[in-house]
Amino acid sequence: MGLFDRHAGIVEAYRDVRTTGADPFQIRMDRVLSPTEAIIDGRRTLLVGTNNYFGLTYDPACMEAAIEAIRAEGTGTTGSRIANGSYGQHVALEQEIAAFYGKKHCMVFTTGYQANLGVISTLVGQGDLLLIDADSHASIYDACKQTQAEVVRFKHNDPASLDARLRRLADRPGNRLVVLEGIYSMLGDSAPLKEFIDVCKKYGAYVLVDEAHSLGALGANGRGLAEEAGVLDDVHFVVGTFSKTLGAIGGYCVSNDPDFDVLRVVTRAYMFTASLPTSIVASVRAALKVVQARPELRTRLWDNVRTLYDGLAAQGFTLGPMPGPVVGVHLPDRATTIGFWRAMLDAGVYVNVAVPPATPNGVSLLRCSLSAAHTPEQLTHMIDVMTGIGRQMGVLPAGPRLKVVAQHG
Amino acid sequence: MNPAFGSHAADPKPGTRGLILRTAHNLAIDTATLAQVDAEQTSRGEVMAEIVRHLTPFNTSDVRITGATVISKDLSIDSLAIMDMMLDLEDSYDISIPLNVVAEIHTVDELADTILRLRAERQG
Repeated sequence: MGLFDRHAGIVEAYRDVRTTGADPFQIRMDRVLSPTEAIIDGRRTLLVGTNNYFGLTYDPACMEAAIEAIRAEGTGTTGSRIANGSYGQHVALEQEIAAFYGKKHCMVFTTGYQANLGVISTLVGQGDLLLIDADSHASIYDACKQTQAEVVRFKHNDPASLDARLRRLADRPGNRLVVLEGIYSMLGDSAPLKEFIDVCKKYGAYVLVDEAHSLGALGANGRGLAEEAGVLDDVHFVVGTFSKTLGAIGGYCVSNDPDFDVLRVVTRAYMFTASLPTSIVASVRAALKVVQARPELRTRLWDNVRTLYDGLAAQGFTLGPMPGPVVGVHLPDRATTIGFWRAMLDAGVYVNVAVPPATPNGVSLLRCSLSAAHTPEQLTHMIDVMTGIGRQMGVLPAGPRLKVVAQHG
Repeated sequence: MNPAFGSHAADPKPGTRGLILRTAHNLAIDTATLAQVDAEQTSRGEVMAEIVRHLTPFNTSDVRITGATVISKDLSIDSLAIMDMMLDLEDSYDISIPLNVVAEIHTVDELADTILRLRAERQG
């Protein structure tokens, strides 16, 4: 048996995908023009799938801070903070993130993936119990593979399902850690956090919330779902990323636990990888200031959410369960989804393809992510494009609006 | 009857907002798992029948599902659907199958043995 034989099924499925033309998993942007536009295949294309929630990738203050840092401290750190030491910028960023959440401690990681992988797999060990939502992100599942703790899944966004599992484990010794997400990355729905916290308190379980997609978007100050649900004090660990709302790359974890900093010398995903270049750190520090100084970006993002979500729903598309910065458009199957995606790209609109096994319940989705930088005109155009393709492909009934007008006339 | 088990049976079904995400296959599973199995009467035959009932919608061949059926290979079911089915079986039998144990289960027989073992541990 060859090394690649085990991937035969994927190779076959992937071949099907590629025969439709463009490969949704290897899209090449010849030139990115702004947070909302790029040149793809020589065509000016609207980007609605880049997680650039506040549009900060081109924020002048963030860009200047990064450029300045490169001139002052060079292009990279060439090693981990354990081996090479921390730069002043790393420490300052950690203090600023901790202050943003009103927590005592913060650790910065080189990617958001590593933050989840490192923190979760290290917090629980042999004899402990790790409880995760069935629809958790890959970084959380990968953490499960790295820990000696026993891992139990509960049904997606279902506090009663978590309660049943914690009850069954009630007579078992060991710590319990429950992992939730502020906004789930595929369908864009949020955890019913208050209800989950009540269950966790009942059984004395620690709570970790991954706010990767909710930083900036949720909460009066943009701290995420925990702030919006009013339970930030009850969340023991908040994990997040710099690569979405903050427009760069990297991850973090904040906590009030007095022993939190020991993680720096036991978390392999922190210890054995190079630290972030200070240019990235500087732009993230500037972006965090923008998030706090310009709440109107959050308002604009949510205005855009309403425009797209309500607009697509009005045309008859089946969408994820709740409006949010991630809008999942359900399509009947993989082939329709990829055909639809391709037609949209030809029409100059880029979104993400999400098909099994990357999606929960085997659904096929066009995954759209909104930005405060989108204009209402861009989104109205996108709805028109999708409606046209939807009717052409038979996903939407032909001209439903005309019928409605006729009935009321 | 185990009082804790009784209270579990009274738990509300998962939120309806989750329901819209379910495919037709999964909907069929949801309605098929409503029966709760009484603790005292868990026999191997009943567990096998319950598993087969969950898996039948995924059997696209004419071959009957038996104890030797390899779930991920012989049926048209992806890994995520298998894990979702396990969640339903967990609730039916009031057990939790740890993720590392899930990874070791390949056949219907192995799944039935796991359920019976965890069930016995809970009662023991």
